[in-house]
Amino acid sequence: MTKNKEVKIPVSGIGIRHKARASIALIGNPNAGKSTLFNRLTGLRQTTANFPGVTVEKHQGTVQLANSALNLVDLPGIYSLDGNSVDERIAVDVTLGRVPGTDRPAGLLVVIDATHIYQGLYLLEQLLELQLPTMVVLTMIDAASAAGISIDYDALQKALGGIPVYPVSNISGHGLDELKDALEHITDITVPSIPASWPELSETAQQLSQQLGAEWQRIDVIQALLQTHPDFTGKLSERLGHDTVAGLRLRLFGGSPPPAAEARQRYQWVKGVIADVQEQAPLYTKLSARLLRWTNKPWPATLLFFAVLLLVFQAVFTWATPMMDIIDSAGSELGGWIVGQLGSNALSSFLADGVIAGVGSVIIFLPQILILFLFIILLEDTGYLARTSFLMDRVMRSVGLSGQSVIPMLSSFACAVPAIMATRVIPDRRDRIATILAAPFMTCSARLPIYALLIAAFVPNQSIGWMNLQGLVLFGLYLLGILGGLGTALLLKSTALKGPKPHFMLALPEFRTPHIQTVAIKLYDRGRIFLKRAGSVIFVVAILVWTLAYFPRMDTSQIPSTTALTAPVGQTDINNAMAAAQMEQSWLGRIGRTIAPVFKPLGWDWRVSSAVVAGFPAREVVVAVMGTMYAVGSDADDQSLSEKLRAARWPDGSIIFTLPMVLGLLVFYAWCLQCAATLATIRRETNSWRWPIFAWTYMTGIGYLGALIIYQAGSLF
Amino acid sequence: MTLADLNPGESAKLDEIDTRDPGVIRLMILGMVEDITVSMENIAIGGDPLEVGFFGSSVSLRKEQARHFKVSLVTAGD
Repeated sequence: MTKNKEVKIPVSGIGIRHKARASIALIGNPNAGKSTLFNRLTGLRQTTANFPGVTVEKHQGTVQLANSALNLVDLPGIYSLDGNSVDERIAVDVTLGRVPGTDRPAGLLVVIDATHIYQGLYLLEQLLELQLPTMVVLTMIDAASAAGISIDYDALQKALGGIPVYPVSNISGHGLDELKDALEHITDITVPSIPASWPELSETAQQLSQQLGAEWQRIDVIQALLQTHPDFTGKLSERLGHDTVAGLRLRLFGGSPPPAAEARQRYQWVKGVIADVQEQAPLYTKLSARLLRWTNKPWPATLLFFAVLLLVFQAVFTWATPMMDIIDSAGSELGGWIVGQLGSNALSSFLADGVIAGVGSVIIFLPQILILFLFIILLEDTGYLARTSFLMDRVMRSVGLSGQSVIPMLSSFACAVPAIMATRVIPDRRDRIATILAAPFMTCSARLPIYALLIAAFVPNQSIGWMNLQGLVLFGLYLLGILGGLGTALLLKSTALKGPKPHFMLALPEFRTPHIQTVAIKLYDRGRIFLKRAGSVIFVVAILVWTLAYFPRMDTSQIPSTTALTAPVGQTDINNAMAAAQMEQSWLGRIGRTIAPVFKPLGWDWRVSSAVVAGFPAREVVVAVMGTMYAVGSDADDQSLSEKLRAARWPDGSIIFTLPMVLGLLVFYAWCLQCAATLATIRRETNSWRWPIFAWTYMTGIGYLGALIIYQAGSLF
Repeated sequence: MTLADLNPGESAKLDEIDTRDPGVIRLMILGMVEDITVSMENIAIGGDPLEVGFFGSSVSLRKEQARHFKVSLVTAGD
């Protein structure tokens, strides 16, 4: 398996008083509150999530202490050092100093969830074999006391051989100051030379490492014996002889698979520690607890899942409308004002039709996208998103995957890029690639603008019962994406990626009340990232498209002959015809007309074809391109883009945007892969060009085919 | 009886684990080892996957792996 390139996040925007003197790794189980602690300690803004995958990138930041500073490296959440998934291997490799260009950490800050010390202590005992200065942070102490758990911190510290233990409240931040004071001296901490959970293994490995020489650390020997690191496993057999190593294994593991033996040994010890240090008061059944259990039951849970999805889509479409109206009118006011100030010329057209119309047509979708993100973040932070893996495992199994593919696919409703990265938690490579290729089918936020535009323009805004027809069509498009993704997974898993049935195991976090501040930071972060893309890629493409549409200028003395004029001829008709003629002979028009025959069977004219072509690097620009194309050449007016689309005609006067054509266009957008960022991510994550090329060809192909069938079939009636 | 035979609400002690299935070893790494008591929290629609609880944690797994855990009943369901 290949090592992933690390991504360094520049430490900026914080006043650095001290230079970091050492690198400390922040490590712990998934959902242990690690990322929240990282944010609190570094003050760095960073996306955190309740589900595995999001913190897969190596995030680092500087912790400013009273007298010094530390470089803190946030690692993906793991349960053990066995390294079964890519995610775990990254964490393990960084911790063990095996990632080129990254220093071996000088100390470990181990995060343990106070409500889950069982799994936390297991990982800690494995980490102690590294013999690095180690400190324990107990998080979620509020949740623990709410659950009736009380922990004797002194007894715990004693049981761990004197390793300092610091309880910290994730909600109030209580205990953080004490932790920061202690971090000043983290590199001075001495850990017990032989961890208490499995002395026999530790001592054997210790003796062997001394015997084998300086290049062998104790942890290397342990991983070789446990067969969790192929390189060391092979080298150890070479050095000591196969029979000797086999004998050692038989003595230590008694014929069991080594990781099973390790789990038995260490958890046996952990159980004893918990019995000594933790008291769990009997829980009385509160109404809220009973309700929670009810929402975990299969049928209510499934109904709840679909109700939540429906609520999200309705909210995205109805709550955002007032904000979008404000942005829309502000944009046209500004454009009109600029044209009024500068007169009708190249500069005013550039500013009003290129810059403002282009960027505005993307910003207008910010309210919808923020509402969508808000819901996704809330679902993540309550722990609900992970529950959906459990609910949906059966569905995923029917296409040859497991519930572990659900979280990446659900993330893909916001953006395919983090979704593809979140597939690193899937252990099997075939399952992972099938998930990677299915994820881009999910309706990402970049598809929303074109959906919103076409639905608002062509689907009647009427109610069906308590539902809104536009909302229902949007829901249908989401379903179409899901079907495309699941169908693709099934196809791949029964052909090219056929393999053994995947296992499904997942630790399910309990429901937690989201922390308002954390939710706000995440929402701000994701909104900022969306705007940053709008402000860079989309802005550049909008300007480029404006240029292609504005030049070369038409000779104004020439009477437009290519456009059929219909009587009676008024001044507005002449202006519109002139604008259309200018567009038609512009560079973009020429490109569009060259490519138009390809899309003619779908009912698209050259303008739609040009917009679609311009959208291949980033699909969200399509609306910006259409905005530019339909606004260029016309005076600043109050017509919205959707009205212009409705008014668009073929040269023979027939309507371009007929219902079959619009539905076909929507299907094309639901399935087509128009996103350079997604392709680049697939390339990086699969480490080959084969899969991104396949994904692009396949998705574009079925998008085209879907649009073709719908338009041709729809036009028969 | 195996873990796959438990009804929701029932608790059982893990007696013997067949470690030949790699999926079972992953579950052991999550803490499902001999002599601990687990409770059957939920069974999904169609009888699979299962959700079991132990030491305050919840883990979901498929019946196929659950069959490799021999158990003895501790308490009946509520």
